Amino acid sequence: MLNIFWFVLIAILFIGYFILEGFDYGVGMLYPVVGQSDHERRIAVNTIGPIWSGNEVWLITAGGALFAAFPKWYATLFSGFYVALVLMLVGLIFRGVAIEYRSKITTARWHKIWDILLRLGSFLPALLWGVAFANLIKGVPINQAMNDVGGFWSLISPYTVLGGLLTLLLFLAQGASFLTLKTTGDIRERSLKLAKRLLPVALVVAVGFGVWTATLPTVNHQGLYWLCIALGWVSLLGARMIIAKREKWAFLLQSLMIALMTAGFFLALFPRVMISTIAARYDLTIYSAASNPYTLHVMTIVALTMVPIVLAYQIWTYWIFRKRLTLQDHLEY
Amino acid sequence: MDQLGFARLQFAITTIYHFFFVPITIGLAFLLAIMETIYVLSGNEDYKRLIQFWGRLFLINFAVGVVTGLLQEFQFGMDWANYARFVGDVFGAPLAVEALVAFFMESTFIGIWNFGWDRVSKRVHLLAIWLVAFGTMLSGFWILTANSFMQEPVGYKMVHGTAQLASFGALLTNPQLWVEFPHTILASYLSASFFVLAVSAYQLLRHHYSDLFKFSFRLASIVALISAVLVIFAGDLQASHLRTSQPMKLAAAEALWNTTSMHAPWSVFAIVNGRTQKDYVQIQIPDMLTMLAYKRLSGSITGIHQIQAQYAQKYGPGNYIPPVAPVYYSFRLMILAGTLMLAISAYAVYLLKRSRFSEKRWFLKTLEWSLILPYLANTAGWVMTEVGRQPWVVYGLLSTARGVSSTQSVPMADIVLSLIVFAVVYGAMAVAAVYLFRRYIHWGLDPTAQQPELTDEEMFLGGSHV
Ligand code: HDD
Ligand code: HEM
Ligand code: HEM
Repeated sequence: MLNIFWFVLIAILFIGYFILEGFDYGVGMLYPVVGQSDHERRIAVNTIGPIWSGNEVWLITAGGALFAAFPKWYATLFSGFYVALVLMLVGLIFRGVAIEYRSKITTARWHKIWDILLRLGSFLPALLWGVAFANLIKGVPINQAMNDVGGFWSLISPYTVLGGLLTLLLFLAQGASFLTLKTTGDIRERSLKLAKRLLPVALVVAVGFGVWTATLPTVNHQGLYWLCIALGWVSLLGARMIIAKREKWAFLLQSLMIALMTAGFFLALFPRVMISTIAARYDLTIYSAASNPYTLHVMTIVALTMVPIVLAYQIWTYWIFRKRLTLQDHLEY
Repeated sequence: MDQLGFARLQFAITTIYHFFFVPITIGLAFLLAIMETIYVLSGNEDYKRLIQFWGRLFLINFAVGVVTGLLQEFQFGMDWANYARFVGDVFGAPLAVEALVAFFMESTFIGIWNFGWDRVSKRVHLLAIWLVAFGTMLSGFWILTANSFMQEPVGYKMVHGTAQLASFGALLTNPQLWVEFPHTILASYLSASFFVLAVSAYQLLRHHYSDLFKFSFRLASIVALISAVLVIFAGDLQASHLRTSQPMKLAAAEALWNTTSMHAPWSVFAIVNGRTQKDYVQIQIPDMLTMLAYKRLSGSITGIHQIQAQYAQKYGPGNYIPPVAPVYYSFRLMILAGTLMLAISAYAVYLLKRSRFSEKRWFLKTLEWSLILPYLANTAGWVMTEVGRQPWVVYGLLSTARGVSSTQSVPMADIVLSLIVFAVVYGAMAVAAVYLFRRYIHWGLDPTAQQPELTDEEMFLGGSHV
């Protein structure tokens, strides 16, 4: 029972992470496009200013929860995807420092350096998470000793690259919608235009990837998987249709799509957490990869008390900074 | 060097680097919270500018602290997969709690603090910085709970060759934790106080806003003195605790090859040779080691050779001696740095009356240079703690060699590659951080006035059209 609870909780943490950091990554890639002057670019970056760091903690928490509840999943996943993870971490390091440092010195050269790092640092994780999840569903060569023996290049295939493209496009579109919501005037116009263009492309890739996934022999719970994926497509389509008139609702629909898609991934895995392409008996499951019941019990108590508190103050932060940013606003970043 | 060697090097580099920034974050958050409390109570608007000055330095530091911490969270799975499988059940729990309880709090409220000057009330703003200070302390507490388990495993049972959590309470009441946590937190307060002292000294030497920097000087010198006394006190408790919990580490820290008499002298300095297993040029204080370790006048300390023989019996044949020289020297270095900081901060407090410190230019110059001391002490402290635990990664339960990831999934080439990548990236970030520190310290209270303006042409550089 607790094993299932923790599987679900980790899925929820990833959903939270993808929804919240998704638009952060999108903004990190799009701000040089929607902002023509340096001032406009700063406004675009400042839309995520007070919140991006708290959003990133969703990833750290997902990592910690993985370690605590399913240590063998944590160990096999992170050692197996080693080089990909190094790339992603380098991206996150660049990003975090770039957001903070970019506007600290006002020379063109200084801005140029951090602009490159911020874009690269937002692009890498946005792409790599899709690749990683596609590999989880497709399966990787895990041997008897729980070690993934595939190496970096085995993670790259047309299917997994399409997965990467999907998260990349979804996050770009999500970023464009967020910028539409949080800005005014020219920046808003440009963001809206971008969102309108990105959404259909994302939808096409989502359909392609969703169908391709369903044909894989490793997918469990086909029925529920289809339900999530199809509802996701509908949400994305809906978002495209209403974005010009109701941008708030379009943004929520896009978030819903990300949630449904992630839920679909986790359903396709359940009750396995990593699939071995060598032999089914080497699969890691929510039972073989888990901590003992006592740890799960303690962690459940902690999670059930802390998650609502965290949600409460994070929502409060969004409320404090709910206003759109205009050209007149004071900028920190 | 082999795969294990590179994995160890990578761990050492990334954690030491993380810990360059962490103590300043913990301590400066606390000092900022005190300053802002004084500001809110006094209503003196000048203080606000001073707080924003320290706040900018805080954020420059914080950014690197956060991104280096990210790697910490993942590298146990990347480089130390077998360790993670062995101990994840126990070790993962405090790490996850840290993220849930502390990281969310720090990151969220630092956002409110940084962006909220005009958006929330003064009181809420003050609350935000206190919550940040409290959050950084909590994060120290939880990570040290995890680290203490590695130093002194408690509250677990062995099942099928892995350690499983048996009592969360025992993890939280680990005696090692309750000497390690106060020592580390106090060390952080001391480190940040020296940071503030050094920067204030720089400003006073150049007569920039002297009144305000006299204020931060006063505050920091008092906090520095109190924490210097307490950190030494806590360190002493740690050393006596080692006698029972990790006697090998204590023996190595003292380079005691053989068991002493009932009156053990304390070695002030010696030349330690790990190969010949002998010490040369001893300078000693009679009886002092006994007093430090036992808090009474007689008692002997077991030597390295004797403990090695005991361990070989207990754990099977093998070498249980950590690298002695680094442990010995790092302990001496930490104590030297600590003593110097105590002396300096005591003198600073002595000069507080009528702000006499502001005329003593030689002393202000000394303070600028003493900024190196906390960095030395912190690094030395961790080297002693971690190297002194070798060859164990979890004391008495798992050797470091068995904790590393399998070469099947993480070949040496991968680790070397990532080591190079992280070294370059960390190096570049350090350059950027130091550069920014220098600019912003130099610019003082209103940096915008001193920044160059972007030309029209530069404003639009690199823009593309939609
Ligand atoms: C005594 C204190 C202490 C120690 C020993 C460590 N850390 Fe740390 N860590 C902090 C105190 C801290 C902090 C002061 O709380 C930081 C600095 C900046 C921040 O946001 O929190 C932090 C940041 C930080 C972050 C980023 C958090 C965020 O985004 O807000 C992570 C993931 C870690 N750490 C993880 C670790 C791990 C896995 C460690 C062990 C090897 C470790 N830290 C040692
Ligand atoms: C919390 C802050 C920590 C710091 C600053 C720190 C610092 C260090 C240092 C300086 C070394 C010595 C490296 C060497 O000589 O090889 C080391 C080694 C090591 N530490 Fe820690 N450590 C910390 C916590 C931990 C934790 C929580 C773990 C949990 C896995 C850990 C696991 C190791 C391992 C596996 C090594 C490699 C063994 C070795 O190389 O000696 N450390 N660490
Ligand atoms: C001068 C007196 C000091 C003494 C006697 C002392 C003693 C100790 C001892 C015995 C340890 C190792 C504990 C273990 O392995 O379990 C330690 C660790 C450490 N020390 Fe000190 N220390 C002193 C000063 C300082 C100062 C001034 C700083 C920093 C400003 C500092 C920072 C640290 C850190 C960061 C650690 C590693 C974390 C820990 O184990 O607590 N120490 N110290």
